[in-house]
Amino acid sequence: MSNPKKPHVTVMRSQLSRARGLGSGQAGVGHWWAERASAVALVPLSGWFVIQVFRLAGASQPEVAKWGARPFNTTMMLSLVILTFYHTQLGLQVIIDDYVHGKAHLPAGLLMKGIVFLLGLFGAVSVLKLALAGSSRSTIAAG
Amino acid sequence: MQDVRDALYVGQRSDGTLTRRPMSPHLQVYRFRLSMFLSIANRAAGVAAAGGSALGLCWISAAAKGPKSFKKVQKVTGNPLGQMLMAGWALALVYHFVAGLRHLAWDSGYRFSKKEINEDGPVAVGVTVGTTLALVSGIVGVAICRSRKKAS
Repeated sequence: MSNPKKPHVTVMRSQLSRARGLGSGQAGVGHWWAERASAVALVPLSGWFVIQVFRLAGASQPEVAKWGARPFNTTMMLSLVILTFYHTQLGLQVIIDDYVHGKAHLPAGLLMKGIVFLLGLFGAVSVLKLALAGSSRSTIAAG
Repeated sequence: MQDVRDALYVGQRSDGTLTRRPMSPHLQVYRFRLSMFLSIANRAAGVAAAGGSALGLCWISAAAKGPKSFKKVQKVTGNPLGQMLMAGWALALVYHFVAGLRHLAWDSGYRFSKKEINEDGPVAVGVTVGTTLALVSGIVGVAICRSRKKAS
């Protein structure tokens, strides 16, 4: 890997001898379950969102604001945004684990987690702003 | 730490000199199967769906910001290029959804034999294409009807 032209022995132990006796990595099962659990939760949430897209297709901003101010819609949107970006982070981590080797692995994972975290937070703040600020603005406009 | 795979890639010739063992044959030596395309397509669709969701945040944040920002987003959603992007996002989401359901079935021990996986592949493609077309045309149709109603 380091120098394909000149073969040299860098590690005298096989993978099997390195792994033997260490037990499992401990963390993998949790990641696997988190990926599945978030996927299952996203099934009904996505279905709900598709219905909302049909309701909101071609809608104007006041209509969307009115929709977003309903507590139930806020709850569902917040769950959808959080779980979507949580699931994204889990999935992208697997891709980084598969394709990024060596020293770049850890920083790549941290960078990805940072970006996805900020995106998810941005989505959550937007949903909350629509819910909390939108309702007061419409009452001001009405009153 | 060195890559542990190095340990088994280096072997000795009969004269004692070191040599790199050949790597196992990769993609190009295998006959194309639908299942291998669908497998990598699921990963690609996941990445595309995530990218689309990141762009989708523009919609909700613009709605939160106010009518002016929302008009800007509507310019993108009304543009054919933007609509193509959204159709691609829908395709990625629908395929990732369908393939995800297959994975959940496999994880529970169903439809995991070679025969069943080969049977289900074309079905997954059909369901994905059909659902995406229905969703996209339905949403576009509803949007057009609604804006016409407003105009009149």
